[in-house]
Amino acid sequence: MTSSAIAVSGLRKAYKDKVVLDGIDLDVPAGTIFSLLGPNGAGKTTTVNVLTTLVKADAGTVRVAGHDVATQAKAVRAAIGVTGQFAAVDELLTGQENLRLMVDLSPVPARDGKRVVTELLERFDLVESAQKPVSTYSGGMRRKLDLAMTLVGNPRIIFLDEPTTGLDPRSRRTMWSIIRDLVADGVTIFLTTQYLEEADQLADRIAVLDQGRLVAQGTPDDLKRQIPGTHVRLRFTTVAELDAAARVLGDSTRDDEALALRIPSDGGTRSLRALLDRLDEYAISAEGLSVQTPDLDDVFLALTGRTTEVAAK
Amino acid sequence: MSTKSHSIVMLRRNFKHIARNPTSVFNAVLMPIVIMLMFVYMFGDAFNVGVDYIDYATPGLMLLAVCYGLGSTATAVNSDMTKGIINRFKVMHVSRGAVLTGHVIASVLTNLVAIAALVGVAFLLGFDPSASLLDWLGAIGVIVLLGFAAGWLTVALGLFAKSPETAGLASVPLVMLPFFSSAIVPADKMGPGLREFAEYQPFTPIIETLRGLLNGAPSAGDAIPALAWCVGIALVGYLWARSTFTKRA
Ligand SMILES: Nc1ncnc2c1ncn2[C@@H]1O[C@H](COP(=O)(O)OP(=O)(O)OP(=O)(O)O)[C@@H](O)[C@H]1O
Ligand SMILES: [Mg+2]
Repeated sequence: MTSSAIAVSGLRKAYKDKVVLDGIDLDVPAGTIFSLLGPNGAGKTTTVNVLTTLVKADAGTVRVAGHDVATQAKAVRAAIGVTGQFAAVDELLTGQENLRLMVDLSPVPARDGKRVVTELLERFDLVESAQKPVSTYSGGMRRKLDLAMTLVGNPRIIFLDEPTTGLDPRSRRTMWSIIRDLVADGVTIFLTTQYLEEADQLADRIAVLDQGRLVAQGTPDDLKRQIPGTHVRLRFTTVAELDAAARVLGDSTRDDEALALRIPSDGGTRSLRALLDRLDEYAISAEGLSVQTPDLDDVFLALTGRTTEVAAK
Repeated sequence: MSTKSHSIVMLRRNFKHIARNPTSVFNAVLMPIVIMLMFVYMFGDAFNVGVDYIDYATPGLMLLAVCYGLGSTATAVNSDMTKGIINRFKVMHVSRGAVLTGHVIASVLTNLVAIAALVGVAFLLGFDPSASLLDWLGAIGVIVLLGFAAGWLTVALGLFAKSPETAGLASVPLVMLPFFSSAIVPADKMGPGLREFAEYQPFTPIIETLRGLLNGAPSAGDAIPALAWCVGIALVGYLWARSTFTKRA
């Protein structure tokens, strides 16, 4: 198993009598992106904390870069980089000074320090604000600086705890492309997220965490096979219309409470036109139509029979 | 890289913080001076302490100045903890010693600046100590020791507290304690209950030691409990800080 960057088996962790992680097993091959998907309170951060030597597990074995996190923490730390859930940047220092601080604390030789800092500032598009205190940075800039600081010393395994939560769509895409570049260089990424789309876009393998247990694990395609795919949702004003539509559309799921009908579809224009033509043919009109792609809620509903809101409690 | 050079990197970071956030130092330096002016001008004549009030109060106010500096230390340590900066250092294998001593040393140096300013103003107000050079050195030693002890305790409080606000709040008792000691009013002038408290609380022997040294008449009877308290506080603070640093993530 030399190609495993991260190997976890039977990991358990409780705070007092609250069980937070209840027997986690996972394996991340080197050079791949692994995504841990879960709602608030699922135990994502706790998992990252154990894997990065910050918190001791109650039971189970965790090997990162071939070293045991409990007994060889130092060797693990030398191999990893961690970007926590909340940007851990020094507000009073400038962007450049933050990076310099990381260089001074890492094994990077002092003479290379300047070059490393400049390269990272350029790569993360932070050159213009490099001399400004971080307290003046936007959330997206902080996140980028945070990740840049993690990259000092070229760690081979990187942990990212919800790297895009709170970012606007554009910054999110920037972050995604940075992550893809890292993997192209052979880095292993362990990423947590609340967004199915993010896991789908980035990960080679996804594990779904629910109340401290993995309820599903596999490639994005494996996972999507288990959950309702993209579908069209039609809303009606009367039960009679809903009944009529359900009769003519065949393969559909009704939601009587919302007077809505859910029809599997690829969301393309051709299949939408066919659907609309069929409704026209029977002179049925819907009050509204939307094309929906599955999100974390659908995953949870499908895998656990509960929505994320219940899971968070 | 060795722990020693990490300590220097950390200390440099703490100094940058102080230089860029001067309000906290300003507070630590200015508040004791304001309190001194208040007590000397408003109440100075009301207390009959046997000597010039400024000579009586200055040693106590020096201690107060140490305590006033602690609030900003607690807040700074806590924001490092809650913002994940300490976790970042831990994952980089920066030693506990380097991270925490940086804060303690910065705290002691802030104390020394505050006390230098305070003593300067005291001289302007007619402070007339009869201390020899050796006594002065002893007084500085006591202050550094106290700053060091209180600094460790404050670092522990800062690591332990849930938020920077609670960390600041947790240091308030330390700031208040000198008022309930012989710092400003002799203990025997206080009401029952408070008097016993003032006589036995740690700051009283420390203040009396300082007072003795500055009057050129140091007394071992005060110095021994004073040193014992300082060592005890430092030890508790250090051990508490150490275990919180290791455990909390
Ligand atoms: N130090 C702690 N003491 C007690 N309980 C804790 C501690 N840390 C986490 N927990 C609990 O463990 C559970 C999982 O927390 P964790 O932070 O791992 O979740 P998460 O999946 O990262 O959630 P989020 O998406 O909100 O970041 C929560 O119920 C939380 O209250
Ligand atoms: Mg989390």
